[in-house]
Amino acid sequence: MARPRLVTVAGSPSVGKTSVILRVLDLLAAEGQKVGVAKFDSLSTEDDKAYARRGIPVSVGLSGGLCPDHFFVTNIEACLEWGQRQGLDLLVSESAGLCNRCSPHIEGVLAVCVVDALAGIHTPKKIGPMLRLADLVVITKGDIVSQAEREVYAYNVRLANPRAPVVFCNGITGQGATEIAFHLRHADAIDGLEGRRLRFSMPSAVCPYCVGETAIGETHHRGNVKTMCFEDQR
Amino acid sequence: MSAVSLGALIRAHPRVGAFLATFPVPRPDQIGLEAWLDGLGEETLADLGMTRSQILDHVRRLQQEDRQAGPEPVQALTILGGRDKLGRAEAVELTIRAGEIVCIVGPTGSGKSRLLADIECLAQGDTPTGRRILINAAPPPPGSRFAPERKLVAQLSQTMNFVVDLTVAEFVAMHASCRQVADADVVAERVIATANALTGETFAPTVSVTQLSGGQTRALMIADAALLSASPVVLIDEIENAGVDRSRALDLLVAEDKIVLISTHDPLLALRGGRRLVIRHGGIAEIITTSAAERANLLALERVDAGLMDIRERLRRGERIDEALEPWT
Repeated sequence: MARPRLVTVAGSPSVGKTSVILRVLDLLAAEGQKVGVAKFDSLSTEDDKAYARRGIPVSVGLSGGLCPDHFFVTNIEACLEWGQRQGLDLLVSESAGLCNRCSPHIEGVLAVCVVDALAGIHTPKKIGPMLRLADLVVITKGDIVSQAEREVYAYNVRLANPRAPVVFCNGITGQGATEIAFHLRHADAIDGLEGRRLRFSMPSAVCPYCVGETAIGETHHRGNVKTMCFEDQR
Repeated sequence: MSAVSLGALIRAHPRVGAFLATFPVPRPDQIGLEAWLDGLGEETLADLGMTRSQILDHVRRLQQEDRQAGPEPVQALTILGGRDKLGRAEAVELTIRAGEIVCIVGPTGSGKSRLLADIECLAQGDTPTGRRILINAAPPPPGSRFAPERKLVAQLSQTMNFVVDLTVAEFVAMHASCRQVADADVVAERVIATANALTGETFAPTVSVTQLSGGQTRALMIADAALLSASPVVLIDEIENAGVDRSRALDLLVAEDKIVLISTHDPLLALRGGRRLVIRHGGIAEIITTSAAERANLLALERVDAGLMDIRERLRRGERIDEALEPWT
């Protein structure tokens, strides 16, 4: 059975995760590595076609009505087993952090967070475990903002995560992909995920709306519910 | 760590303060970090998105970074040839010294951007070209190659824009504070004054960066890269001629001892460099040293450019250009 190296790549929707992964996998595939992708999305995705066009094996998981990150963590083990059956050297899981509090990274598994320089220089302060606990941070779209904004953005990423190397990657030209490939070559091979832990808990939510409630009003609030405080009512 | 109060910790390490300020919970100055975390409780920590030990590790790393020195000065950057797109060896060993300008010429798709990318990632035979880049005549140590605080290369390209919604003064001050320079206000004023000296149309510090014209934007980016960026190497992908004094811009970068590489076919820029690299089929095919005759021609071209700039100014003022023009060269 193959022992693929496993890498989790997470980031807000449309930051350019797929483009970055494609550029990096091009480099690794050219070295003769067998690479594959487990693509998580919520409603639909076209990205599997982009991988398939390059001959990269891809499996797609759509979370539909479930929290995409809870869906991710309940399926990542099966994805790894798929990667083993495919005889992969490297499996990259790609998942969109749909809320900034999501926490997809696993202890002992190389964790990459992709953020977008166009999203505004304060964005790194607003992203939780997905950015703060990653092992590598990739900043995309840095080619269309000024060098000064790149530096301020990278500084704010550094404040949010002083552990991780920070790489600027242009998903169109592939500039920066060499650095990311360098880190992916050093990811750990994983035999199985049974018993491993997330680096931080997922956002918790067991309330009536989790299980299909649509009516608004306090009489429908049961379970894990948190209410807002207002200055004028303190 | 616990003996020090949060107030003192933050005064000594502003970055720790900036990190802790992202947590929306009260933070008394008098108690220590660990005591503060102990008082927060499990539920609050879950809301913050980090465990107690993760926060402590985070703070410790930010403190350590504050103590680290910046990048070592770069006196020389060396490009060791790899191979071109046809697999032929690129027989090049080129050393560029601080304060030198080298231009890169070649048709679209010939590999100019690839060369800039190799320099940016300090390639070590691990990019498609197989090139290697030396810093001060030695390969960069593996640990420092990808360390973000040691980024050697700043970039300026035509596609770059300001997107942040701040005034010029606020923005430059913010960059200065991230760079942790002493006298941030003085440096910010100097950056703005320098940018204004580079552009025909001056702008006020109170204008929003997104409202600057193309020329003003480029001028501010160049002044900022020269005076505020820590990176000793500047890669420039063309400077369009709209309203920027290009020769002055290059003089500014060179005066700050930057190593400047420009991908350009603008005659004023290409002939201003001491050398130019001719790229063909993905490889450096030739290195041309700017000759004395070319330098003389540059002076003639500068007169043509000054003549054009003058007419541009007159048109801007609403004048007519009716007189017979003298040949400027």
